[in-house]
Parts: sequence; C-alpha cells; structure tokens
Amino acid sequence: MAKFLFKRALALIAILFVVSIGTFFLIHLLPGDPTVTILGPNDTAHNKAVLLQQLGLNKPIWQQYWIWLGNVLTGNLGQSFITHATVTSTLAHAVPIDIELVIISQVLALGIAIPLAIASARRPNGLLDRVSTTSSFAMLALPPFIIIVFLVLIFSIHFHVFPGPGSYVPFTQNPWSNLHTMILPAIVLAVGSIVIYFRLLRGDLISTLQEEYITMARSKGLSDRYIMWRHALRPSSLSLLAAAGLNIGGLIAGAFVVEYLLAIPGLGYALVNSIQQVDYLTVQGITLFVAVVVVVLNFIIDFLFTILDPRIARE
Amino acid sequence: MSDIAATVASAAPEAADDDGIVKKKKVGVFFWIFAGWVALVVLASILAPLLGLQDPNNANFDAINQGPTTAHLLGTDDLGRDILSRVIYGARVSLIVGFGAMTIGMIFGGTLGMVAAYRRGAVDSFVSAVSYVMLAFPALVAVIAIVAFWGHDIWKITIIVGIASIPLVYRVVRAATLSYATREFVTAAKSQGATDIRILTRELLPNVLPAIISFFLIGVASVIILEGALAFLGLSVQPPTASWGNMISESRTYLSQNPWLALFPSLAMFLFLIALNLIGDSLRQVLDVQDSKL
Amino acid sequence: MSGELVVDEGFPTEEETQGLLLKVTDLKTSFATPRGRVRAVDGVSLELGRGETLGIVGESGSGKTVLSRSIMGLLPRRTTTQSGSIVFDGTEIVGAEDKTLRTLWGAKIAMVFQDPMTSLNPVVRIERQITESLRLHTSMDKAEAKATAISLLGQVGIPSPTERVRNYPHQLSGGMRQRVTIAIALACSPRLLLADEPTTGLDVTVQAQILDLLSSLQQERHMAVILVTHDLGVVATRTDKIAVMYAGRIVETTTTRRLFADMAMPYTKALLNSTPRISDPSHTRLTAIDGRPPDLINPPPGCAFAPRCESATDQCRTEAPPLRPAPSDPTHLFACWNPLPGGTAGRVTTLEESP
Repeated sequence: MAKFLFKRALALIAILFVVSIGTFFLIHLLPGDPTVTILGPNDTAHNKAVLLQQLGLNKPIWQQYWIWLGNVLTGNLGQSFITHATVTSTLAHAVPIDIELVIISQVLALGIAIPLAIASARRPNGLLDRVSTTSSFAMLALPPFIIIVFLVLIFSIHFHVFPGPGSYVPFTQNPWSNLHTMILPAIVLAVGSIVIYFRLLRGDLISTLQEEYITMARSKGLSDRYIMWRHALRPSSLSLLAAAGLNIGGLIAGAFVVEYLLAIPGLGYALVNSIQQVDYLTVQGITLFVAVVVVVLNFIIDFLFTILDPRIARE
Repeated sequence: MSDIAATVASAAPEAADDDGIVKKKKVGVFFWIFAGWVALVVLASILAPLLGLQDPNNANFDAINQGPTTAHLLGTDDLGRDILSRVIYGARVSLIVGFGAMTIGMIFGGTLGMVAAYRRGAVDSFVSAVSYVMLAFPALVAVIAIVAFWGHDIWKITIIVGIASIPLVYRVVRAATLSYATREFVTAAKSQGATDIRILTRELLPNVLPAIISFFLIGVASVIILEGALAFLGLSVQPPTASWGNMISESRTYLSQNPWLALFPSLAMFLFLIALNLIGDSLRQVLDVQDSKL
Repeated sequence: MSGELVVDEGFPTEEETQGLLLKVTDLKTSFATPRGRVRAVDGVSLELGRGETLGIVGESGSGKTVLSRSIMGLLPRRTTTQSGSIVFDGTEIVGAEDKTLRTLWGAKIAMVFQDPMTSLNPVVRIERQITESLRLHTSMDKAEAKATAISLLGQVGIPSPTERVRNYPHQLSGGMRQRVTIAIALACSPRLLLADEPTTGLDVTVQAQILDLLSSLQQERHMAVILVTHDLGVVATRTDKIAVMYAGRIVETTTTRRLFADMAMPYTKALLNSTPRISDPSHTRLTAIDGRPPDLINPPPGCAFAPRCESATDQCRTEAPPLRPAPSDPTHLFACWNPLPGGTAGRVTTLEESP
C-alpha cells in the first residue's frame, strides 16, 4: 500500500509539473510582446519596465519558468497591473465563497440523490423509479446557465423567495443573509450533481441487490432497511466517491456560471472580471489554482479509495 | 412483500432478455421524433437564408421586448430583433462548435485511440499517460483561459474545444477498440498478410463505429453545453451575432419584463440536447445486441 | 469464555430433538421468464426429523437449489409462483409474510451458500457479518456478540480467530471463507442448516475438511442438515437419507445405506458413475451422463430422464412413472418403469411388472 501511494504521489508531482508548464506558457507562447499581452498596447513605459523586471522577461524562457515556478511555490503569484491587488489576495477572498457553495450544494445533492436512488432501486420499473429516471435523463440536457436563469425568474423575480443578482452578503457580515443568498446558486449546482449521483447509485444498487451476499444477508433475517444501508449502499458508496471526483470539473463550471449571473464574488466571478479587464496575471493565477485544486482533489479521492475499499488495499 | 426480493425478481426477466431476445432492443417512437427534431434544426440553420426569415440583426425599435405575435412568432428582444430568426441563426453557432469540435476530437483522438489499442506497447503507454495528464485539467477552465488569451471567434473556439476533447475521445475509442483488437478475426486477417492500415480500417473500424457514433452524439451535446457556458460568460462568439448561449445571457437583463427572451433559446437548446442524448443512448442500446451476437 | 456459554445455551435439549422438524408436501415452485414458465420444483414431498441429515442430489438444473431456497422462503416473490406446503417447526413457509420468515431466518433456519466468494459481503468485516444476526436474534450486547463471533470462528477451525475477526473476506483463503460462512450460519444455533453445494469451489482436501466439520458440528448441536450437492460421494458417508432429484422432482429416495446397497434408478446409477471416488484406482474412466437435463419449460412427455436413459422403453417415453415404494421396503421410493436389476428393489419390481 505504501508503494502504491508512493507511485501515485510521483504521478501527482508529474501532473502538477505539466500543469504548471501549461499555465506558464499560456502567456509566454502567445505571439507578440508579452508586456503588450499583459498590459495592453497603451500602458506606460514605466509599467513595462516593472513587468520586465518582475517576470525576468529578458532572460531565456526556461529560466523565466524557473523564476516563476519559484515564486509560485513560495505563494507569490504576482501582482495585478490593473487592480494592483496581489493574485494571492484575490484568491484568498474568492475561494472561501466557492468552498461554501460547493459544500452546501453537495450536502443538498447527496441528501436528495441517496434516498431517491434507494427508493428507486427498491422497486425498479416502479412508478417512482420511472419518473425519477426519466426526469434525470431530461435534467442531463439542462445546463446550469439555463437552470439559474429560470430559478431567478421564478424564485427571485416572480415570488421574491430568494434574493436576485447582486445581493451577495459576506458570511462574516450576516451569516443568515449570506446563506439566504447562497441557496439558489447551491440548488443549481446540486441539480447537476443529483442527476449524476442518482443515475450512478440507482444502477449500482440494482446490480448490488442481485448479489449473492444480499440473499445471504436476507437469510440471516436482517431487515430490508438494514440490508440496504449496511450491505448494499456501502459497496456503492465507492462509485459515488469516484463520481464526486469526476464531478469536480462540472461543479467548477457550474459555480462560474452562477457566480457570474448572481454577482457572487467567487473564483468564477473574479476570473470573468479579470478576463474582461484584460488582467492576464490574475487569469493565469486563477487557472493555475483551479487546475491544482482539481488535480490534488482527485489524488485525495484516489487515496480515500485505497483506504475505503479493502479490495484495493491488498494490491 | 420484501422490496429487496422484489428487486431480485424484477431484474431477473431483464437478465433473461440478454440471452438472445432481440425484440426489446428496437428504438422507440421517441427516437424518431427526436431524430426528426435534430434533422429539422440542422436543416433550418443551414437553409436559414432561404426561409424568408427576418434579418436576425435587424433592430426595430417600434417592437421592443414583445411576446409572441403573428408578426414575430416567438416575439422580439430588447432591440426589437425577431427571436425566431435569432434562434434559428443562433443554432449555427452551437452546431458548428459542437459538430466541428467533436470532429476534430474524433480525427485526432479517435485515430490515436484505435492505433494505440491495436499496436499496444510503448506508443499506447505513452499516449495513455499523456491523456491522463490532459484529463486532469478541468476542460472549462482550460478553455476559458485559452479563449481569454487567444480570442473568441467561432473557429478558434471550435479548435480549442476540439483539442480539449481529444484525450476523452482517445480513451473511449481506445477502450472500444481494445475489446475487438484481440479477437480472432483480427488474428486471422493478420495471418493472411493484411496490412495494419487495412486491419484498422476494414476490420476494426466497422466494429467500433457504432460505439463511436453514439459517443460522438453525446459528445456533441457536452460541447454545446460548454460553448453555451462560454457564451453565457461572454467569452464565446460576440454580439450581435446570435447564439443560443448569447441569447440566454442577454435575456437575464430583461427577465422581469420579457421572460420569453430566456424561454425560447433555452427551450431550443434543451430539446436539442435531450435529442442528442436520447439518440446516442438508443444507439448504444441497439449496439449492445450486435455486440453480444459476435 | 462467556460467548461460548451463550451459544451452548441455545442448543436444543434431548426432547426437542425428537419428532418431525420439516414436512414438505407436494411443493411446486415455478418462475415466470420471458420464454415461459420454468417449473423448477414440480411436486416434491419430503420429511426431515430433528437432528437428521438429508442429502439432496442431482445435476445442475435439477431444481435442488430452488428446492432448498423454497424451503427457506428466500425466493423472489414477484416472479415466483408456489403451491403446496412447507411446515417448518409448526410454521407454514409457503405464502408466509417476510415478517414471519425473518424471525426464522438466521435464528432457526440458516443457509450455507455455494460460493463464499460471492456470499460474503466483500466490504464488510467478518466480525460484523457474524455479529449482525447475533445482535438481531439474541439479547447480546456488542462485546458479547464479538466474543461469540471469535469463539464461533475457533469452533469452525479458523486459527487465531481474534485477529481474523477484524479481516475482510478477501484476506482469507477459499476454505477459510467457507468456514466463515458456516460460522455465520451457526451463530444463532439454528435447528435446520441448509448447505447448498458448500464445497463446490474448494479443492478436494479442503472439501473433505469442510464436510467433516459440518458433520461434527451437526452431531454436537443436534441440528438437522440438508446437504444439497451434485456429488453422490459427498453424501455417501455423511447423511441419514438421500433424495435424488431430476427435472424438479424427486426420482428416488431412501436411507443412505439402502440407496448405495440397492439403487433402483438408472439415473442414480449414472450420477454415481459420474462421481470420482478416492477408492477408485487412478485413471479410472468417469462416465459423464450423455445429453442435457430436460427443458423445464416444456418437459418431455413420459419419464423426463428417458431421452438419456439406456434402458428406456416406449412406455418410458410416453407415460410418466409415479414415485412409488419398492415392495421389499416401503421407505424406498423411486419413479422408474425399468428399475435396475441386481438390487432387491429392482428384482422385486421386475417380477411384479411381469406376472
């Protein structure tokens, strides 16, 4: 197991290395003068000189990369020439919002998907199963940007249940209002996740319930409820974990969309803003951060697999 | 009545179906309805100039933010432009990016996948490792970043998304090919002295093609969603060019005055996506039968 | 050890071991499938006394597994149709609610499944798989149940049970796993143990160990056992009586001793010839039974075995033989028009048939 983890960790480092090269060359392989790319054609000569200095642009490209990587590893992602904020501080402000959003949405998603999948798997092709399977198939064709528009239309504009765009309140300022503003976007993220988790879990449960060890569990006189949770759900929870890993990308995409529409100052909002302001250093910083988070989360999920699935641990 | 017993029970006849009972595998009536819808959207967007539609970019300030009327079947937007016309022209963007990007993905990822699965060895290990690294990068973030640096005209977006889809297409096609590459008919062809190219195109391709087509359609749906998200964030084709994503994005400003603005492009996109998914899914089910017959 | 004491208290007393434990009368079990109705068990009657051991023998597809699951009431309801009666210890099983059955399952009837690889939950520790029925059916607390689990593992011959109880199934060998399933089945000291091909997946030496283990536990606990197998050799020394099944019916049944001394059915003989015996000289040729078991959806007219039987006559092919007693021994039942010569049963019947 230690060897397995060691190999995994090596792969992680290799992938992170490639990710860092990718994000670095986003700016540097573009045609033209990188100072113009970063600052725009009309900036002052002074700013260009500062930038040249900061990025070491007069040195060979590989040396530039090592300087940049050294900075990144010490937490220095550069300072925006547009807002003059350091990229690190922008991240520090935005990231907690995304974490909150993801946590609320995943709690909602699992809280709905698991009971629904269990209820459907108990009676495959029953009424509930057919309704939920069909509607989950339809939901696959509902991207987050459509869902959020209609949720805003219905719940903010028509019924005034949830606040509309631009009413974000920081958690530290008023936790209750903050949660109130976060529910709508969390629901949008949850819908996509519910569809994935439900479809996966339902299929998994139906095949697990045909396993001989379920019959064996029944032959012990255990209740259906106990068998479902202890014997059937547990093997499936691993596939659920894998799905959660694959879902991270979709969650990020969804978060970008809802933050943009509702003007919630998370990562997506910051990213789109900095693109519109042609703030390339911030774009680069956010891209790097998100990519690293996704890679590391997937590594952690891999690691959890080895702990949770006794069958993998043996290898 | 034990529900768990019920599950075992109701699953049993389905399992028995796999023993050669083909009648359930026919595509349903929905398949044809949705296939018709896809054909309609594709034809309408290609033939748009011949349909006698109003100019999608023609502003008419006498008819702003109208609901459906006889003059404008789906209403007008905030500049008085005809929504029906914009929805039809807007389909072009989704179709070009969706089919274009997946075609790029198929040409490169598909070829690589088939060759890697057929040849195995070092090539396979190397390309597979690269595909894992690329897949680790979240597609939307990569695409947003590259689009931000490189620009957002429709062809650039098609190419970027196409490249981003290569690793996934590679993995799917490789897996599909692997299940055939070790079969006897391949060995037989080899022993008769068939060239590698002949085996790949004449023996393997016809077998993996159904799986590829089904994946292609579902892939097109994902790409359309990705392009829609880009457009929604203002990072795809720029206004005034109509696209479904653009129109949904623009509609949010006038949601309270004119909800129709959001409804029609959303509905067009939703129905198109569900159609692609359903057709892809049905094809896969029909394909499974052929698979077990071999 | 306290756990062991609790288990010992569950053993039936001498009085409880007297009398009939299980009575099956004209049981028919069939399944709905897309191709039609499969008559897996087609009119089976049998009796089992307390503490007795019955062997049910037949090829795969003869209905023996369905019969054993019917006796437990474990079959899926939606596609299964049952008629007849199964009375276990005073309780009717056919048509009983799951609620009723759950008080029997694990507590009074337990089952050892064919393949421990699939019948043990791979992601649940052995400890829980044993203790969950103890916690359900007895008043043991967690610690007592665990102690009992460890003691049970010791009784089924698992070395260092205290450590093993923390393992997952894949950490054990095949034979060990089957010992674990036996420990699970025995946990609440059932009156009846159904063992469905308990040794099929194991190698020969382990097979013998497991079967001997079952026999000794059975005697120790005065437990009735139904041993289901395709292998006559397995039941030869370990059962009181034997029922041979073919095409969903019992075709021959008598005491084990009499069956081997005087078998009447050509099918029984064929089964025996297809079984390797350790006493055989090496390289003895085994005779496989030609042909396949009959289609249970559209069984052939007449004797179901006739198409494969060397001594089949026109009568065999048109008229189904009833299950009837041998004149020499009313407890020996068989269903054959042309029983084997040689044995007394055969000779007497032949005489009777040709006056």
